[in-house]
Amino acid sequence: MAIERKQWKSAIVIAATAWMAVLFGFAPSEATAEYGDVVMNEYSDEAGMRPVVFPHWFHRIRFRCKVCHADLGFKFQAGGNDINMLKIIDGEYCGACHNGDVAWSVENCDLCHSGKAGTPTQVHESTLQKLIMPAGGAPKK
Amino acid sequence: MITKRLLFIGTMAMSALLAVAFTLEVSEAADPNAFNRLMKPPSKRNPPPAKDGIHDPESVGAEALQPPKEAFSAMPKGKSGNYVDWVQALADQKIAPRFDRLDPEAKPILMDLNIVREVKGSMPNVVYPHKQHTEWLDCSNCHPAIFIPQKGANQISMAAILLGEKCGVCHGKVAFPVSECRRCHSQPKGKAATTKAEAGAAAAQPAAQPAATAGQP
Repeated sequence: MAIERKQWKSAIVIAATAWMAVLFGFAPSEATAEYGDVVMNEYSDEAGMRPVVFPHWFHRIRFRCKVCHADLGFKFQAGGNDINMLKIIDGEYCGACHNGDVAWSVENCDLCHSGKAGTPTQVHESTLQKLIMPAGGAPKK
Repeated sequence: MITKRLLFIGTMAMSALLAVAFTLEVSEAADPNAFNRLMKPPSKRNPPPAKDGIHDPESVGAEALQPPKEAFSAMPKGKSGNYVDWVQALADQKIAPRFDRLDPEAKPILMDLNIVREVKGSMPNVVYPHKQHTEWLDCSNCHPAIFIPQKGANQISMAAILLGEKCGVCHGKVAFPVSECRRCHSQPKGKAATTKAEAGAAAAQPAAQPAATAGQP
């Protein structure tokens, strides 16, 4: 009888623990990524890859805007460049540097494809994003 | 029997810990002052990739990528954006970004010309310094697609900028955000008649280090 009661008690405790673990695990967290981080998710989600996170700040320390935005032809618009892996391995866009020569090469998939699945294409913390798509990311465009 | 008891004690301890954590969380959430949709407290600025909410903490990248604070610690502080003053960092030669993909010696062609725009409202006039912009950019980045290189040919409004047009193509996305009003609206009204050079000297003051421009350390 006593054992039965104990078992019943521990069952409740385990259930409560599990419930709280679930609660904590899925608590929504707001993105606090760097100003100017670009998420590119034009094709990634569909292809089963994590979306790409491009850290502007990291590249800005090494190159001036002109190198990518004038010489390499990146338009000033997140998702506006129609970049895909074929173009990259042919030396266009990211591939102009990420070729194992200027910067590390494309086999390091996970260094770029490191975003949370389902994160929409965006310039993180842009004025536009704050005005139109507040808090915790926007609906997929 | 003993293992059962141990299991029981273990689960009790774990749930007690979780309960404490849960109460703390709840009391934090209940603070009416805690709500601030657009402003980050200093503790949440420049977090490492694994904690920034955009990188997947499970991904290799989240661990391998450089945490921004590590790079920013040696750079002059800014008020917003990355909390780094990029123009000052370049002027102080804290960073040496290449002007060419391959050639580390390539130097930008600087243009020292200030454009004063007399604004309609009560705000001070805008002084646009070409110098700081040509440090980073090529003429073709802005002209003629974003700005027609002709006096009076460009209608600019704060509304357009907030929507990501004109200056807002960069300012509010990567370059310092529009909350830093005075960095552009820097010339008091009534001084509009002063020469462009004078106005420029005043406006370019924060980054005026002529000898240090475009230098590679």
